[in-house]
Amino acid sequence: MTDVLLSINNIEVTYARVILALRGISLQVKKGAIVSLLGANGAGKTTTLKACSNLLPAERGEISKGSIELLGEDTAGMSAYDLVKSGVSQVLEGRHCFSHLTVEENLMTGAFIHEDRAQAKKDLELVYEYFPRIKVRRKSEAGFTSGGEQQMVAIGRALMSRPKLILLDEPSMGIAPQLVEEVFEIVQNLNKNEGVSFLVAEQNARIALKYATEAYVVENGRVMLRGPSEELMGRADVQELYLGAGTDEGGESFRDVKHYHRRRPSFA
Amino acid sequence: MGFDWVFFTELIVGGLMSGVMYSLVAIGFVLIYKSSGIFNFAQGTMLLFAALTFVKLTEGGVNFWVALPVSMGTMVVFGILVERFMMRPLANQSLLSLFMATVGLAILIEGLAQYMWDSAIHGLQLADFLDLALLDPVNMTIFVVDYIEWLDILISKFDVFATIVAGTMILILAVFFQKTRTGMSLRAVSDDHLAAMAVGIPLSRVWALVWAVTGIIALIAGLLWAERVSVSFTLVEAVLKALPVILIGGLTSIPGAIVGGLIIGVGEKLGEIYLGDLIGVQGIETWFSYFIALVFLLFRPSGLFGLKTIERV
Repeated sequence: MTDVLLSINNIEVTYARVILALRGISLQVKKGAIVSLLGANGAGKTTTLKACSNLLPAERGEISKGSIELLGEDTAGMSAYDLVKSGVSQVLEGRHCFSHLTVEENLMTGAFIHEDRAQAKKDLELVYEYFPRIKVRRKSEAGFTSGGEQQMVAIGRALMSRPKLILLDEPSMGIAPQLVEEVFEIVQNLNKNEGVSFLVAEQNARIALKYATEAYVVENGRVMLRGPSEELMGRADVQELYLGAGTDEGGESFRDVKHYHRRRPSFA
Repeated sequence: MGFDWVFFTELIVGGLMSGVMYSLVAIGFVLIYKSSGIFNFAQGTMLLFAALTFVKLTEGGVNFWVALPVSMGTMVVFGILVERFMMRPLANQSLLSLFMATVGLAILIEGLAQYMWDSAIHGLQLADFLDLALLDPVNMTIFVVDYIEWLDILISKFDVFATIVAGTMILILAVFFQKTRTGMSLRAVSDDHLAAMAVGIPLSRVWALVWAVTGIIALIAGLLWAERVSVSFTLVEAVLKALPVILIGGLTSIPGAIVGGLIIGVGEKLGEIYLGDLIGVQGIETWFSYFIALVFLLFRPSGLFGLKTIERV
C-alpha cells in the first residue's frame, strides 16, 4: 500500500446540498505515475480534482460520501492550505493566473507556503529551466501573456510549492495545438526528473493517453473504464467515443449500445 | 485688481493637505475592496470607534504613548473578530450578502461604541498631546497648532503634521503592497480568490490582516480628522468625503486613492472660492467633490487608476 500516493474511495460530491455531481468515484494515483482522467464536459473530472485539493467548499460543494486519502491519511479535515503544505497542488482549469501580477510574482506566490527564500530562488531557476519560454516574459503582467504561456506559469506556480502530486485540470484548454504537445512533454520530464506525480483531467483523450501511464474514463460522475493507457488506447469503444475513430459502414456503432452494456466488461 | 497669487498658492497647499487626509480614509476602502471585493460600509463607524476608544482612554488619564498602542491593539483584535465571525461564515456567498453584512457591522459598531463609551461629543486636542510628546530642547515648535509663515503663505502647523503622518502611512502601505511577500499574497488574493487558495495562500489569514490594517488606518485617520471635527458621529460623515475620492481614483488602486484625494482636496477649495463666486452660491464645497467625481466617471468609468479588466481575445 505504501506506493499509493492518493486514493479516492468511492466518493460522492454534492453541490449546494442538492446537485449530485459525482456518484461514487474511486481511483488511485501511485507514486511517480501520470494518471489521466478522461471524459466529456460535465462528466465530473474537475469536481474530482477539486475534491482532492479541498477546493469544493469554495463553490458550495461537499464530499457527502466516501473518503480521500493522501499517503494513507484521510484529508477530510484539511483545508486547501494544509493540502498544499502536504504536497498536493492544483492547476485550475482555465489556468487562473493572477493577471495583474507579473509572471515572476505569479511563480513566487506558489512558494508562499515555504519560509525559505533562498530555496524559493533556486526553485524559481528550476522552473525557468523547464519553461524557458516564460523566463523571457518574467517581467510582464501575466494577463497579457498567451494561453500557452499562462498554462506554463500556472504549472510553474504549482511546482514552486514543491509538490508530490500536481492536479492538472484541462491543460490543453484554449492553447495552440503545438503548445499542448510542449506542455505535456514538460509534464513528462517533470515526472521523470523531479518525481512529481500527476493526475491530469483532460478532454483531449489522444494526447492524454499518449503521456499517461494509467487512465480512468468518467461519465456522469462514475468511473466507466480504467486501465493502463496502452490498453485503453487499443479498445474499440474508447477509440470511437473518445479518440474519434469513425466506424465503417455495417459495423455496430458503440453510440447505439446502451451505456450499461458498455460498462460491464470494463471491470472484469 | 490683479490675481492674488499668494492666496491662490495658499489654497492649493491647503487643498493638497486636506487631500492627503481624504486619501488616507479612501485607502481604508481600497484595501478591503481589493482583498475581498466588497465595499465596506462600516468604514466610517470604524473611524469613530477607533477614535472614541483613544479619546476615552486618554480622558481616563492614560498616557498618550500607552493609549495609542492600546487603541491600535483594539483595532487589530477587531479585525480578527470580523474575519472570524463575518468574513469566514460568509465566504463564497454573493457579494451583495457581504455588503449587507458590512451595513450590519456598521450598525453594530455604532451601538457598541455608544454602549462601551458614550454618545457625547468629545473634543480632541491632539496637538496638546503632541506638544507634550514631541516637544524637544531644540525648540521644534513645528508640531504646535499655530501658523508658520513660509514664503508669505500661512499654513496651519497641524495640517503640516497631519500631512506628514498621512503621507508616511501611505508610503508604508505602498511599499508593503509592492515589496513584501505578504503584500504580494494580498494582491494575489484580490486578483483571484480560487487560484490563491489553490496555491496555498490562506484566505482567512489574509482577510484578518487586511481588516486589522484597515482598523489601524481608521484609527490614524480618525484621530487626524477628529482634531478638526471633534469625536462624535459627525466623524462618520467625514468618510463620505472619501467616496468621490475612490470614484476618481478607482476602487482597486492605492495610487488612485492618493491622486484622487489630492484632486478632490484642491478641487473643492478652488471650486469654493472661484466657482462659488462666479455662480454666486456659497458653500459648494460640500457637494462640489461629487461633481468632480461625476465628470471623471463620464470619461474614466473604472477611475483613473482602477484595474482595467485584462481580456484576451
